[in-house]
Amino acid sequence: MKRIEVLKTYKLYIGGKFPRTESGRYYTPEGRGGKVLGNICQGSRKDFRNAVVAARSVAGGWGKRDPYNRSQILYRIAEMLEGRAAQFEDELKQHGSTAAAARKELQVAVDQCIYYAGWCDKYQQTFSSVNPVASAHFNFSVYQPMGVVAVFAPEKSALAGLLGTILPIIAGGNACVVLASESKPLCAITLAEVLATSDLPGGVINILTGNRDELLDNVSTHMDVNAIVASDLTDAHKAAIKANATHNLKRVIIRKEDPAKSESPYPILATQEIKTTWHPIESSIAAGSGY
Amino acid sequence: MKTGNRACVTGDDFRNSPPVDHVGIVERAERFTTRSIKSITKRAGLNMVLNMIDLTTLEGADTPNKVRQLCYKAEHLHDSILGLPSTAAVCVFPPFVKTAREALGDNSLVKIASVATYFPSGHTTLKSKLEETRRAVSDGADEIDMVISRGRFLSGDYNYVFDEIAAVKEACGDARLKVILETGELATLDNVRRASDIAIHAGGDFIKTSTGKIASAATIPITLVMLLAIRDHYAKTGKMVGMKPAGGISKSKLALHYLVMVKETLGEQWLTNEWFRFGASSLANDVLMQVAKLESGHYQAAHYFSKD
Repeated sequence: MKRIEVLKTYKLYIGGKFPRTESGRYYTPEGRGGKVLGNICQGSRKDFRNAVVAARSVAGGWGKRDPYNRSQILYRIAEMLEGRAAQFEDELKQHGSTAAAARKELQVAVDQCIYYAGWCDKYQQTFSSVNPVASAHFNFSVYQPMGVVAVFAPEKSALAGLLGTILPIIAGGNACVVLASESKPLCAITLAEVLATSDLPGGVINILTGNRDELLDNVSTHMDVNAIVASDLTDAHKAAIKANATHNLKRVIIRKEDPAKSESPYPILATQEIKTTWHPIESSIAAGSGY
Repeated sequence: MKTGNRACVTGDDFRNSPPVDHVGIVERAERFTTRSIKSITKRAGLNMVLNMIDLTTLEGADTPNKVRQLCYKAEHLHDSILGLPSTAAVCVFPPFVKTAREALGDNSLVKIASVATYFPSGHTTLKSKLEETRRAVSDGADEIDMVISRGRFLSGDYNYVFDEIAAVKEACGDARLKVILETGELATLDNVRRASDIAIHAGGDFIKTSTGKIASAATIPITLVMLLAIRDHYAKTGKMVGMKPAGGISKSKLALHYLVMVKETLGEQWLTNEWFRFGASSLANDVLMQVAKLESGHYQAAHYFSKD
């Protein structure tokens, strides 16, 4: 008797759980050779709203976590990713990559996790500054996470581009809500399963699938989103996001370089606030011999 | 305000309160959450919810200034949105009733409710309970929220509970009395029904689910059981009794489910703050965020709304 293959139900990833979209809608993107990839959730604005609530509720705790511990968790993501290499490579091939390109992209993705794991507890001391001031004060600037970041993931690079975009965000202690590539969603959904088993607190990364045009306005006007990071936007999208972002002065970061090749600490700083503090000190020079 | 509900000797044996079908209640409660309420209706419902809130602060850390701030919030929920109602009342501990009265003045639409009878445990003598009630009323409270003696109730001393409520009702004078059953400590829905019957017969103008001080607070099934007790009383005597779920209602969607339940169980007459209240502290802000979303089309963030 011929065995019937058990097909996977593709779902969203919100607050550490895998719900279906509340809208009940789905779409059917096509992969290599016009083959339908699956019934993919078409996330709605309410799914996005729920994801922002989930992200907000954990953003504070994640940002306060020991940076070294964030680093360990990012490293753990790399471990889990490597363990699922075959599955990711297969999905990349379904999305149209050659076997060699798929293998390469998976390796880049894992290496990015290790790279940003390393930066978690180093960007602060590398980029913070002690500022010269003309008074008896110790004046210094440190980086603080912005909070909740919405992400329009790269459309073309389904795995390495996705990770290259979100890793710097969470490495810096933010939580994020990601709208995955519309035409290549499989890796994002599988990545959610990796994240769910990586000691990453539920809600730090939330992954939605769906239509970019439809969600663009709701994402960019949401008052509880602190920043937007986006790749592969049309000019119309860019203009709309920038206009909408003025409601609560969101920071809009449009990644110009290919996030799939991202090995730089600067994307971490892109979603950080700078806090400058004064502290009075006694000047050892002015104090004279009493010192 | 004079109200109809006076303690009455009914000859009822509270051991014979009707038993509650637990499964049926839970299933019925589930159905109230499936109504689709959109746009204009939703906006009207949200306004109604705001107008039914007893804005509450019952913390050991309360100060006169916190109470003044609460009173201001009750009258000015979010001034940048036009046409918002005030809340129904503020709810404070007895020592702050005077402060609240000073802050609100005598002609405010916002009533002053005060918990009395050694809230939340209720463990003291009847004499002190009555004293505390009288003082709160003479300080200017419009409404008294009392707790029943759950220990006596659970040991079957229903007459004691009845007499105590009746005595507090007498001490209230013109103030309306809300009777807190603390359903989280009553263990079964049968007990909730029985306590509701006792409170209603003893003269409570409102029955209220919880103190909000223990983990298990108001739920839709528990509130439904209490509404049914009110409905039966109304059918028998023609007298209305109010309902106040309190604790654990912090989302506007849930509050709308409660309104649906009240309308479908008791009817439209109860849909005013004269007969239905929400005891809540964080609900108001969630409702305000939803109203702002309806007005602007943008999802809102909590930090744009005043905390108290």
